[in-house]
Amino acid sequence: MERPRPILRPEGPIVVETVGLNVHYGSFHALREVSAAFAANHITALIGPSGCGKSTYLRCFNRMNDLIEGARVSGQVLLEGEDVNTPETDVVELRRRVGMVFQAPNPFPMSIFDNIAYGPRLQGVREHSRLEEIVERSLRAAALWDEVKDKLRQTAIALSGGQQQRMCIARALAVEPEILLMDEPCSALDPTATFHIEELMLELKQRYTIIIVTHNMYQASRVSDYTGFFLLGELIEYDRTEKIFEGPADPRTDDYIRGRFG
Amino acid sequence: MTALGESQLLTPSADRGRSRARGLHRAKLVEKLAFAGLWLAAAVTVLPVLLILAIMTAKGARALTWTFLSSVQEGIFPAVVGTVLLVGLTTVIAAPLGVMAAIYLSEYARPGPAVRLIRLAIVNLAGVPSVVYGLFGLALFVTLLHFGRSLLAGACTLALLVLPLVISASEEALRQVPRGLREGSLALGATRLQTVRKIVLPNALPGILTGLILAIGRAAGETAPILFTAAFYALSSPFPKSLLSPVLALPYQIYVMATEVPNVPPEHKWGAALVLVLVVLGLNLVAIVLRTRMRAKRRW
Amino acid sequence: MLSIRPSRRKRRPLERVVEALIRVAGFLAVVFVLAILVFLLRDALPILKTIGLGAMLSGARWSPTADPPKFGLLPLILGSLYVTAGAMVVGAPLGLACAVFISEVAPPRAREVLKPLVELLAAVPSVVYGFLGLLLLGPWLAKVFGLPLGQFGALGSLVLAFMAVPTIVSVSEDALSAVPRAYRENSLALGATRWQTISRVVVPAARSGIIAAMLLGLGRAIGETMTVLMVTGNAPVIPQGLVGFLKPLRTMTATIAAEMGETAYYTPHYHALFMIGLILFLIALAVNVISDFAMRRIPGVRA
Repeated sequence: MERPRPILRPEGPIVVETVGLNVHYGSFHALREVSAAFAANHITALIGPSGCGKSTYLRCFNRMNDLIEGARVSGQVLLEGEDVNTPETDVVELRRRVGMVFQAPNPFPMSIFDNIAYGPRLQGVREHSRLEEIVERSLRAAALWDEVKDKLRQTAIALSGGQQQRMCIARALAVEPEILLMDEPCSALDPTATFHIEELMLELKQRYTIIIVTHNMYQASRVSDYTGFFLLGELIEYDRTEKIFEGPADPRTDDYIRGRFG
Repeated sequence: MTALGESQLLTPSADRGRSRARGLHRAKLVEKLAFAGLWLAAAVTVLPVLLILAIMTAKGARALTWTFLSSVQEGIFPAVVGTVLLVGLTTVIAAPLGVMAAIYLSEYARPGPAVRLIRLAIVNLAGVPSVVYGLFGLALFVTLLHFGRSLLAGACTLALLVLPLVISASEEALRQVPRGLREGSLALGATRLQTVRKIVLPNALPGILTGLILAIGRAAGETAPILFTAAFYALSSPFPKSLLSPVLALPYQIYVMATEVPNVPPEHKWGAALVLVLVVLGLNLVAIVLRTRMRAKRRW
Repeated sequence: MLSIRPSRRKRRPLERVVEALIRVAGFLAVVFVLAILVFLLRDALPILKTIGLGAMLSGARWSPTADPPKFGLLPLILGSLYVTAGAMVVGAPLGLACAVFISEVAPPRAREVLKPLVELLAAVPSVVYGFLGLLLLGPWLAKVFGLPLGQFGALGSLVLAFMAVPTIVSVSEDALSAVPRAYRENSLALGATRWQTISRVVVPAARSGIIAAMLLGLGRAIGETMTVLMVTGNAPVIPQGLVGFLKPLRTMTATIAAEMGETAYYTPHYHALFMIGLILFLIALAVNVISDFAMRRIPGVRA
């Protein structure tokens, strides 16, 4: 087994880090000894060819791999210094602190309002005025308020793809997480919608720590502060985004960002 | 884009942590209670099957002697024979019709209003109350076609009753046959019917047979459809002489013994009911096991 | 000579015949549904020469062998309603809970045991349910609750509930499994507990299928014959209030089953029984068409 290489530690407060993280799906070793730390109020992009383990890695932060039969996760995921990859961890509480936006926008078959209010209601918020306030704040934060404020009671399924994805971001924000995980949030969207989401991410990082998986290297270079490059389940290189895209240390990273494979 | 600057945007309120923890604790408690309720509901749902088997075995097992099964005077032999004849004839009628209808749906029909109509008809046929089948059998087979109250009229009625079951099961089995096999056969110059006969049907046969077993189990246990089309209760002529004679049938005999004949020894009643339950549940169990095996095999 | 021109079909007359038969067989289900309707109409409508439909439906006495005979269907219709409503009160929550358990909560091992058992529950012949209700459950309940008779409406409801449950379970379970996995993942990622996910997202998303399941279960209960014939006491009286559940009553199906065997063909009594059959058929038709329609509305996924 390879030794974990020395990995950059971003400056400033660290919100979450992983230490020697491994994931197996049955006999398939999907993630190998990944250690990395993530800085508060920054955007970190995870890139790499499909099947490289970047989404698997992302799903470790909120323990979504628990839902996959046959998945085994070993190693540590330290959220503010506390390991959340233990049997005692309350995964529900964890997921409230670590929000996630999925690849395909997936509105629940209910109204826009009910979609956004879903999370707060789970936590026992009942008063309508309070819910209205949360819904408006979240939709504003997701830059969707102006487009939907007159149709909050209509079904969310009627929204366009880009609107749906921003609604899903608003829905995640309404839970008031500390970290926002985004798993290729723009892969199902057109360029305009993608642009909106990217703008939004830059604004959101004032409040949140964002980790985004993307297959779009331009996106990574446009929005992220740090970039990690995955290959075959390993974190090959992790550094400031400019460094990765202008002078990567590892030849494999260089090959990838120059489009030589993947 | 909307300005995010407005100060308080999504900042955690002071007591958020505490109220959150309280809400979560509650949610967890509710979850525990709800899941306990679901476990209980599932247990209550299947309890009757186990209870039925246990009670019937306890009460009826003693009656299950060779004499009881094979004697005309002292046992249920004529009823068993009658049920076997009825069910056999039912299968002979329903199987070819059902399989052909399934072949049409799976191999010939193109999706459209006609197929919609057929499917709706199948669903409806499956939902017609069994006693209404009895009325239909009475009106068509017994009186109009002059079969009289007979083995033939009863079997025709039962065949109609199990037809939707046979069609659905056969169609599912036919659809499981991989497309590649059909295309391979057609590419070799086989006609559609040749492909069905030589490739599709043989591969779907286990599934079709499973469906037929279920249909047999259903037909064997039905009472209402044969009440006025086939069944009678008399020891004067225990065995049907022809297709046009009435027959004794096990479910009907159980009904009569339980409701109309006061001086039947109790263990005979329980014994007869136990035989029926064992036969019907046994057939169903065989079908379930076959199906599970087929699915497991297909996965590899 | 090989030529692709001459149609193969013309050279294979037998094949054409068989294919024609297959096509005919395909439409048999439609033919039979229509045939059932036609024959029920043929033998039911003559009763209207004896008594008007309105008088029949609202008539409070069913006494077909009295002189003059009374063909009031109200006691039978209400009897069916009572027994079926009672069955649904027990069976609907039980069946839904069982389906949710199998689809969302049960460990795989439990699921593998439960599903066949539910199928077996459906497979038990109705005469056996009637037999057990009549000989065992009825007398026992009567003793426990101090009832004068071991045959009463609620007993029919109770047994019918378990006969309707397998239908409810299997159709609901299909609907629940059809809910996209992404709904569950999104909900859990938002910090919902599994139960919150089930009760607020999965079940609501599957609701049209669940409604269909309830309707089909109701159809099964209302059409069930032998069980109610044996356990509900067969008294064609109009049930009154909740106490009516604890007294004997009689359903439409049981009436046909009990009387048709001893009725002379083509008498008013015979036609009246066919009229009951026609009503049952139309109820079943409505239930199935509505539930079919509901099932077509698959949970709202993006276009």
